Amino acid sequence: MRPLLTLAGLALVLGLVACGDKPQIKAAGTGHAAYLGTGSAAYTAPGWKVGDATSWDANMRARTQTGQNEYLRTASH
Amino acid sequence: MARMKFICDAERCIECNGCVTACKAEHKVPWGVNRRRVVTLNDGVPGERSISVACMHCSDAPCMAVCPVDCFYRTAEGVVLHDKDTCIGCGYCSYACPFGAPQFPSTGTFGMRGKMDKCTFCAGGPEASGSAAENDKYGRNRLAEGKLPACAEMCSTKALLGGDGDVVADIFRNRVMTRNKGSEVWGWGTAYGKPISGAPAAPKAGKS
Repeated sequence: MRPLLTLAGLALVLGLVACGDKPQIKAAGTGHAAYLGTGSAAYTAPGWKVGDATSWDANMRARTQTGQNEYLRTASH
Repeated sequence: MARMKFICDAERCIECNGCVTACKAEHKVPWGVNRRRVVTLNDGVPGERSISVACMHCSDAPCMAVCPVDCFYRTAEGVVLHDKDTCIGCGYCSYACPFGAPQFPSTGTFGMRGKMDKCTFCAGGPEASGSAAENDKYGRNRLAEGKLPACAEMCSTKALLGGDGDVVADIFRNRVMTRNKGSEVWGWGTAYGKPISGAPAAPKAGKS
């Protein structure tokens, strides 16, 4: 009876291990946040401050609107 | 933080393949590998539509779930990337991907199938941003340069929208409200999930 219970307990533990969900975002140091820039100003677009996440975010939003929303460029539509 | 997403407006795509060319040129993608391609639906039939397809950087990426060596990861911006140093070129991701995004060069370390290559949303890879190693393996890291993906920025009709999900969805919604048709956004539900019932309604569309 005891080995059977141990076996059942082991199976339960192994079964629950499969339910675990790993974090998908890499830990700091292995992934590189885009707002940290490339370390070179040569190809960096103007309008944001390297290292400032809020500034990068605002720049991307503005760039999306000005570059891809042509309704902003036309007087009427 | 922005959650990067793609939308392709089938009402606007003219099958010019400018996005494909922009991607190829920007990242020096080799022969036989197309990170992005234009697919025509009902070709030759009146009302045919074309859409530009690449990795959609899914919210719950199936490639990530099936990879036996766990080479995929998600950046803080919501971009799904992979580590070519870990990839064994098994091809499981290509079977799992609903968009056919994973590509395999015909000559590589593993017999006739090399390490997987796919759209990076112009966000490079795990190497240092803007480094030569990153450039060699994954191409340019435009996001770290404060730019958006080359395909979307190059699109002549602005059919392909790429950027923060909220912003591109807002731009697309404005278009649909203006033209009163073409609200079908191919792949959006598959990649980013369908609206949850009981969730607050989307903000009222307006000129933005």
